[in-house]
Amino acid sequence: MTSPTKNRPPSNKRWIVTAIPYVWMLFFFLVPFFIVLKISFSSSMIAQPPYVPVFDPFGDAWSETLEKLGTLTTDNYLRLVQDSIYVSSYLSSLWIAGSSTVMMLFLAYPIAYGMARAPKSWRATLVMLIILPFWTSFLIRVYAWISILSEEGLLNTLLTSFGLIDEPIQILSTNTAVYIGILYSYLPFMVLPLYSALEKMDDSLIEAAKDLGCTNIQAFWRVTFPLSIPGIIAGCFLVFIPAVGEFVIPDLLGGSETVMIGKTMWEEFFNNRDWPAASGVAIVLLVVLMIPIIIFQTSQARQQEAGR
Amino acid sequence: MSAKTLGPVRRKFAPWDDTSAVPLISIKNVSKQFGSFTAVDNVSLDIYEREFFALLGPSGCGKTTLMRMLAGFETPTSGSIMIGGEDLANTPPHKRPVNMMFQSYALFPHMTVEKNIAFGLEMDKLPKGEIASRVEEMLKLVKLESFAKRKPHQLSGGQRQRVALARSIAKRPKVLLLDEPLGALDKKLREETQFELLDLQMALGMTFVIVTHDQDEAMTMADRIAVMNHGKFVQISPPAELYEQPTSKYVADFIGDINLLEGRVEKSERGRTILDSEMTGTRIETVTDSSTGGSAIGMGDKAWYAVRPEKVSISLLPPNDPGVNTAIGTVWDIGYVGDISVYHVRLEGGGTMRASIANTRRVVERPITWEDKVFLTWAPDSGIVLTR
Repeated sequence: MTSPTKNRPPSNKRWIVTAIPYVWMLFFFLVPFFIVLKISFSSSMIAQPPYVPVFDPFGDAWSETLEKLGTLTTDNYLRLVQDSIYVSSYLSSLWIAGSSTVMMLFLAYPIAYGMARAPKSWRATLVMLIILPFWTSFLIRVYAWISILSEEGLLNTLLTSFGLIDEPIQILSTNTAVYIGILYSYLPFMVLPLYSALEKMDDSLIEAAKDLGCTNIQAFWRVTFPLSIPGIIAGCFLVFIPAVGEFVIPDLLGGSETVMIGKTMWEEFFNNRDWPAASGVAIVLLVVLMIPIIIFQTSQARQQEAGR
Repeated sequence: MSAKTLGPVRRKFAPWDDTSAVPLISIKNVSKQFGSFTAVDNVSLDIYEREFFALLGPSGCGKTTLMRMLAGFETPTSGSIMIGGEDLANTPPHKRPVNMMFQSYALFPHMTVEKNIAFGLEMDKLPKGEIASRVEEMLKLVKLESFAKRKPHQLSGGQRQRVALARSIAKRPKVLLLDEPLGALDKKLREETQFELLDLQMALGMTFVIVTHDQDEAMTMADRIAVMNHGKFVQISPPAELYEQPTSKYVADFIGDINLLEGRVEKSERGRTILDSEMTGTRIETVTDSSTGGSAIGMGDKAWYAVRPEKVSISLLPPNDPGVNTAIGTVWDIGYVGDISVYHVRLEGGGTMRASIANTRRVVERPITWEDKVFLTWAPDSGIVLTR
């Protein structure tokens, strides 16, 4: 019964294994985070680097450090509240991300459902087809949409040749193009969690529901749908969180009417060279996104506790 | 306890012998094909009210497909299925007066025990008060009153099985279909549950149709058993008849343990058959009983004498007439099972025969041991002659 390895006292070198992810997080998340946090409390200045104060942990004396600490300011955060461009950017980002997440759910659910109900031998191929676009660079795929949606693009040419429209319609550089871009780019992130939730469901549950008096539609709403909720939650967060901070899609496909926080941040950083303001925008975005992430994490933990 | 008191009632129950009885379920010439594979091949069967009917067979014999056609999950390729006088071949599952208990139990994981049991009643739109009282009644019936608020994953296998049972009988269906209902339970629990199911079926007065591959289960519980193979019924009989009067080698071999002695028919008169067997090197005389004597046996035909090991006596001394119903051989192996010992005997004429002896005493030394020369004997009415 007792194996020799089991009785051996736990090696005290075990901490090395557990330390790796913590060290990783420390250097690649926590340290950069604190650098950004510090910059967000600095003031913009035409200099190299373009902000003050600049701490030098090796050169500064104690008094100097204290003095520099005194010059830190919350002005950047005050500006975020006072200047309506930031508030409207945040709200517009949340709205675009939220509404495209809902649209995505309606689009992805039937796809995932169809995949999960497909013959077993097809399923691996179908999953493969969903993942296939990842083989091409994200940027290239978004550029491809420019040539599809532009006035002389594929879509307008097709619609005109079928006689559905008389003259090209403006799609590129509108919010519609941004929605199309987001729906296209994030579809796999919604389909895959939904598929995995639906696929592992036991068929006999549906049969039991029908046996007990459900029509096909009732069986779906009373059994299939409630059991796929974890997949819906996972899919929605996987789409919503990156979509809020999306920069490439609104920049390439959107126009002047499209205001998204990722774009605003980029402009702050590269056009205005106002690093402290850009850092403030980034920190607030992080805090805003932390709330749904925490909700997601606790719901995941509850799911795991419930077992399966 | 209650199973014993119900015994005599059961013994009188035989509506299938009553020509005026109207069957509750009537399956006529039903076939089911999946592509080129015939799962169920032109079967006909009547099941009567209050009957406990078992479909028994190896996996892939078509028993589950037949049950799924009763439940409505499969449509027959041809033939008709009548339940309570209505043709249900094309009725969807939710409109049938039939409920099913699934092999996997198929409990809804997102609902409590209570909600699971209430599910079918809610679909029927029964008044709230009635649903609550019916659920309570069901919980009491399966002794799970204190588990009403638990979710299925918080229950043991045995408890889950009870919830599945309660859910499937809550709607008081005319017929309850049970797909391997005890398959996931351990042996002790399975044996207990067999009798509980029997009591429940008697108390509810429902018709039960059970699918199983476990012959003990079928023998213990069923009024009649249909043995299936390759999509056809091989024999439909009450358990005792199936065991004592199998009509084919397949059934004789499938149910329990049996010795099949090959021989040629030397003489066959009414009620008496004489076989000449090379295996035993002797003549086998049998008294054929009326129920198996139907098929005519021709002189010189190949036939098998089927005799169960417990009906074969083993002795070190030769019988009075060693030329009849005797086989001579040496003990090759002894299987000690606890309640019985099975002697494997190599016959002088080739082949082996088994004889089992009940261990009625705590013997330390067996009178018969390995390599002993033994005489196996049996009475003329101990076995039967099979031609197929």
